[in-house]
Amino acid sequence: MTNHNWQFQTEQSLVENHGLKLDEFEKIVEGLGREPNLTELGIFSAMWNEHCSYKSSKFWLKKLPTSGKRVVQGPGENAGVIDIDDGDVAVFKMESHNHPSFLEPYQGAATGVGGILRDVFTMGARPVANLNALRFGEPNHPKTKHLLSGVVSGIGGYGNCIGVPTVGGEVNFHPSYNGNILVNAMTVGIAKKDKIFYSAAAGIGNPVVYVGSKTGRDGIHGATMASAEFDEDSEDKKPTVQVGDPFTEKLLLEACLELMKEEAIIAIQDMGAAGLTSSSIEMASKGDVGLKIDLSKVPMRAQNMSAYELMLSESQERMLMVLDPSKEEMARDIFKKWDLEFEVIGEVTDTKRLILMMNGKEEASIPINILVEDAPEYQREYIVEEPSPIKEYKSEDFDQNNILKDLNAMIMHPDLSSRKWIWEQYDHMVMADTVVRPGSDAAVVRVHGTNKGLAISTDCSPVYCKHNPYEGGKHAVVETWRNIIASGALPIAITDCMNFGNPEKPAIMGQFVECIRGMGDACSKLNYPVVSGNVSLYNETNGEGIYPTPAIGGVGLIKDLSNVKTLSLKEDGNFLCVVGKTANHLGNSKYISIIQSKEEGGTPEINLDTELRNGNFVMDAINHKLIASAHDVGEGGILVAISEMCMSGNLGILIENESVFPHGYFFAEDQSRYLLEVSPNNYDECQKLANNNDVHFEKIGIVGGDKISIKNIGDQQVSALKLSFEMGIEQISH
Amino acid sequence: MKSHVIVFPGSNCDRDVAVAIKNISSHQPQMIWHKETSINQSDLIVVPGGFSYGDYLRCGAMASTSPIMQDVVKKAREGVPVLGICNGFQILIESGLLDGALMRNSSLSFICRDILIKPKNQSSVFTKKTQVAKMPIAHNEGNFFVNSEQLKKIQDNDQIAFQYCDENGNVSEHSNPNGSLENIAGILNENKNVLGMMPHPERASELAHGCEDGKTIFESILN
Repeated sequence: MTNHNWQFQTEQSLVENHGLKLDEFEKIVEGLGREPNLTELGIFSAMWNEHCSYKSSKFWLKKLPTSGKRVVQGPGENAGVIDIDDGDVAVFKMESHNHPSFLEPYQGAATGVGGILRDVFTMGARPVANLNALRFGEPNHPKTKHLLSGVVSGIGGYGNCIGVPTVGGEVNFHPSYNGNILVNAMTVGIAKKDKIFYSAAAGIGNPVVYVGSKTGRDGIHGATMASAEFDEDSEDKKPTVQVGDPFTEKLLLEACLELMKEEAIIAIQDMGAAGLTSSSIEMASKGDVGLKIDLSKVPMRAQNMSAYELMLSESQERMLMVLDPSKEEMARDIFKKWDLEFEVIGEVTDTKRLILMMNGKEEASIPINILVEDAPEYQREYIVEEPSPIKEYKSEDFDQNNILKDLNAMIMHPDLSSRKWIWEQYDHMVMADTVVRPGSDAAVVRVHGTNKGLAISTDCSPVYCKHNPYEGGKHAVVETWRNIIASGALPIAITDCMNFGNPEKPAIMGQFVECIRGMGDACSKLNYPVVSGNVSLYNETNGEGIYPTPAIGGVGLIKDLSNVKTLSLKEDGNFLCVVGKTANHLGNSKYISIIQSKEEGGTPEINLDTELRNGNFVMDAINHKLIASAHDVGEGGILVAISEMCMSGNLGILIENESVFPHGYFFAEDQSRYLLEVSPNNYDECQKLANNNDVHFEKIGIVGGDKISIKNIGDQQVSALKLSFEMGIEQISH
Repeated sequence: MKSHVIVFPGSNCDRDVAVAIKNISSHQPQMIWHKETSINQSDLIVVPGGFSYGDYLRCGAMASTSPIMQDVVKKAREGVPVLGICNGFQILIESGLLDGALMRNSSLSFICRDILIKPKNQSSVFTKKTQVAKMPIAHNEGNFFVNSEQLKKIQDNDQIAFQYCDENGNVSEHSNPNGSLENIAGILNENKNVLGMMPHPERASELAHGCEDGKTIFESILN
């Protein structure tokens, strides 16, 4: 593309290589009153890419509900903050590291974990749990094995070393990710409400301090790379992937938390995407001040680094702080104790400009407001496509003799099978506060030294989103809500990680708009606001976009850990009951995709009123101590959910339900359903509570024995089923 | 009752073991930064798990040269009970207090899960109260190895503290999670006052952990 009217000194190709559109360059020239030099061009490129500026998504993200009684800090800071009583807060966020992880799975995933951990401890919180949401291509795609094992060991390598347990997550496999996997990492931390740290710089003349690792040439332009599509030559971008050092991050974490106990830090910001550029500009912009930085003082790992390279490096494990000058020496001693770099590299000014000096020469001088407030914002064109039609399935089309055989095949499939092979590579118990380990509906982590806990879950069904982005967006939110409820907690708030294709394509933008609308409706109805999030667009390879994937991370509070529920069946003779109606919605169920190898039939719809009623009923029943175990009915339907409860508890069940359409009953993915194990003594009270709240509640079986027996259909040993279940993911890794 | 927990850069189970000791003995252990050079009178020194120095060079190798280790070695030789857990076990081997080597797990991957162990030596201050016990392991390099000569020595001298086993206490290949020689999960020094073990008793020491089997190891030292 050559513009014949190009009238600038700067080469047009240089502008394009920086990922800037020509009209965006004109905007820069207009703002500066001159053409930018190379360092300045690099800074604009870093700040105005999609990853840092949210230029395509901002308009829509503003529509999400972000406030609530327990929200202490909504979107806009490093992470969201919610009140969890007693002066404690939970600080959390989820972030994507998709493009780097496809190029170099170990380091891509590891630095994704490192980045999100820093976002959380920057705010003064001690990280207590890591989770993730992963999407890979087809299980038998030639790249899947390498990517899966690389990503899993990268996540483990970082989290295990820094000593934060990786307690949960989700994984699925679909051809739309063959050329563009998704690695979304979430961290939850705990802090005191009156000890939260923010990024707004303040106090003219105060020192700007650089701490952590030295700066090298790694990751230059990582954020710009993350805002472009992939093609055959993308492998060449490998050098833009950063290299993580969890050991240094552990030292940085301890040093920062030690310093945060003192009244020394005025502002703090981690150096994540776009490194020193975004951190310094963020701090200045939030504080409405200027910063003057002497780049020759930045601790360097490589020789002869230029201002351009220093500003755009994405070397990991670094932080920028504004300190109270009287505490500078004390702070220096703390970082020295932890063998970390500590360098005063600049000061807060009243110029409202970012001024960069290097060896006495001015390398850049840019008004902060041009970089931030005047950043481009687009209302992209969008088309909302008709959702895929919902198909009615008929009993005659299925052979009920195959039910148990189909069940076996389904739970062996990598989308439904045990994730043990993955989580055994993560230290999920370090910190000794993991109460519910991976494999249940939500992970539960105790708040250290108390009897309360946080229930955390990540979720999304991209196939649902693809075929009906509105219902899919609702579903992703609601699924985490259900998981948290089934664990015995009160759901409080979510973080979102919006992974989509190229927003310049109206159909993709339409998916984004509809997913947001669905999420927003669910969040509003359930009083479950969004407190933080991240957007990853341009997830495309050779022009093919991924399925829309709004991954949600939900957090809930359990005030009394004795109310924690897991999905393991507990006792012979108990009743298993289902909450919510089953209406044979098989469209785009795991049954249709795994057994029939089809993608058809539409997305199940969620009635949010029913959802709220059913969820509140389950919460009440648990709080009244009427429930022995609980599980939400998700992908795969009732029979898969029952099997999971049996396998986890090593107990069988006699299923008495006689449906006229067994496949529909057992495998449908109708929404708003839970399974509850109730002792016969509590059954009547539970039934009454359900009736009083207009909730559909029915007994479907009796716990006991070592088989799943279905009346008039047959039976299956739980232990044999478990062997199949545990094989699924391992098959890929061998 | 005075206990001490050594903290290296990269230790990450230091707090967990201190909490377990506090809960079991009602005495708060003192945390000792690795740059210190001496430990006061002590009834138990714990070298905790984690990734000291990021496991760089070789697990435990760099920590074994930390200033405090000279005094840990001295105290150990004087008979003070020293317990190394996971990375702590690796450090005690690198310090020369225990025999053998801990190699990469035979699966070549990190393993975090519950396993069962039983004491082989049943008289040491660490092992005398423990039966078949469930607790987690979480490591990359826990595959214990010694040459045949050393193996004979530690067998003859009753230095095998714990072996991986099944529910019935059978020591078999099936119950070996990481390829350790003779299913060895922990060993003692000649004087039986130094124990190194890969499993984490501190993560199985209260009801919230789902299992309290690890308590007996601390109880037998602390009471």
